[in-house]
Amino acid sequence: MNRREHLKLLLAGSVGAGLFLATGCSTKDEEISREILAQNELSYGRTDEEKQRDARLIEERFFTDIEFEMVRVLTEIIIPSDEESGGALDAGVPDFIEFMMKDQPQLQLVTRGGLMWLNSQCNTRFGSQFLDCSEYQRLEMIDEIAWPDEFAPEMQYGVRFFNRMRDLTATGFFTSQIGIEYLDYRGNRPGFWDGVPEDVLEKHGLEYDQKTLDECIREEDRNRIAVWDENMNLL
Amino acid sequence: MKRGNVDLYTNAMVREVTTDGDGLATGVVYVNTLDMQEYHILGRTVVLGASACETARLLLNSKSNWYPDGLANGSGLIGRYLHDSTGAGRSAIVPALIDRDRYNEDGARGIHVYSPWWLDNSQLDFPRGYHLEFGGGMGMPLYGVGFGMDSMRQHITDEFGNPSKNGGYGTGLKKDIYKLYGSTIGVVGRGESIPQYSNYCEIDPDTVDKYGIPVLRFHYQWTEHELKQARHMQETFEELLTSLGGIPLGEKPGADSQYGLEAPGRIIHEVGTTRMGDDPGSSVLNKYAQAHECKNLFVVDAGQFVSQADKNPTWTIMALSWRTSDYILDQMKQGNL
Repeated sequence: MNRREHLKLLLAGSVGAGLFLATGCSTKDEEISREILAQNELSYGRTDEEKQRDARLIEERFFTDIEFEMVRVLTEIIIPSDEESGGALDAGVPDFIEFMMKDQPQLQLVTRGGLMWLNSQCNTRFGSQFLDCSEYQRLEMIDEIAWPDEFAPEMQYGVRFFNRMRDLTATGFFTSQIGIEYLDYRGNRPGFWDGVPEDVLEKHGLEYDQKTLDECIREEDRNRIAVWDENMNLL
Repeated sequence: MKRGNVDLYTNAMVREVTTDGDGLATGVVYVNTLDMQEYHILGRTVVLGASACETARLLLNSKSNWYPDGLANGSGLIGRYLHDSTGAGRSAIVPALIDRDRYNEDGARGIHVYSPWWLDNSQLDFPRGYHLEFGGGMGMPLYGVGFGMDSMRQHITDEFGNPSKNGGYGTGLKKDIYKLYGSTIGVVGRGESIPQYSNYCEIDPDTVDKYGIPVLRFHYQWTEHELKQARHMQETFEELLTSLGGIPLGEKPGADSQYGLEAPGRIIHEVGTTRMGDDPGSSVLNKYAQAHECKNLFVVDAGQFVSQADKNPTWTIMALSWRTSDYILDQMKQGNL
């Protein structure tokens, strides 16, 4: 982001916030924000070195085509699409895992080894590689390694591998737009924060005391903007 | 406020403070990190605010005939008494917070709940104290959200009270991650350690950084004071977490892991490397953070601390810097600098 864009963003932020209180965001604010974000896809707020590193990681491919297809199948088994939301594939989780292999290189060997281990197991068991197994066979194999509290001793490596795949798939999914919407993360919203909503407190058998409410939620102080005198004393 | 009186040199990695034949500081030599050339800036006084360890490194690297062991290091104390805050923590899952209603909790976390030290040391087996910080809530999902379902799903029970099986996959897994979101809390303790002569940094004769400047190496061991404090922290964490209905996660750290005490340096409150004092034999700086041996050299970072409370050093650094600035102005007006 160059200096001019940065200033525009700052301006969009402050003007946007000010306008919101009165009238909500203007169309022009939204346009400016969209323009800035479009120009900085994946690199918003990054330094030049970070941008170069990101570009390099995105350029490189770690997984072979077959490995990547296995990752696709595994992630969709771990978080499938269902009637409530899209699944790992809709959320772009395989691309996220590909990225993590390069961002955290210590994951490379154990992941590649784990995929190969899975193929060996399927070959021994069913006479074909994981991707060539039927859906039923795949799940039979996965059930051997998906339950860390009960597994055959010779499956230990597979359990560790699948734990890692579950972690990566879950975190990839729940940090995607689809996952965040499913999780119903609220986050900061413009406007005011009045503490934990009353109906939530009630469900937990709790309530704020009047002293806290009087001290922390002062409606009369809202929208007051700090003013300083020439000696920088707060008035 | 007057403007235009400050020249700010950016991308400048200072290598050395230079001195003249009278032992006075004359300026600094720095490497411009963009063109990788060395430059020399001259000044009437030199004020270091490089952070405790970097200031020690700079002074130890500034050797001359006048200062054979490093600038202003006649006491041999530069780098000594390096100390960090202690730190340990524990987390728990709180069943009452599983599958709870969603609302904005971003502003209601971490530093907003803070417990200062509350006990009487005469009743305890360690000196000084620690404070507690609390974390948790339905924060923005970041890398790591959804991890650990191989041990966390068991905390979810169905309508008949049966626990979920750990691990697994599929829609059930997704639903359980939804329910577990925002149900864990963490407590950390940050405490005061006892400064030790034997804990120190020094120049590593074998290694330089990419600017060719010798780097530091560190020698630091926690003593029984910090270990006992950490043991006490772990008792406190467990009492707090269980009395609010939480199930502490993982094993309680014991003696074999130093009670979960973080390695020195992990709390990044490093202080003490150029300690202040009245006696030039037992300190590097005087009470104005002026070097005993070099009157136009000042240190305004946490190197000057002789001890630190259990809380972050930054505000004390700012207060001391202010005082040093007033002193420098006063001394310049009097013609002493």
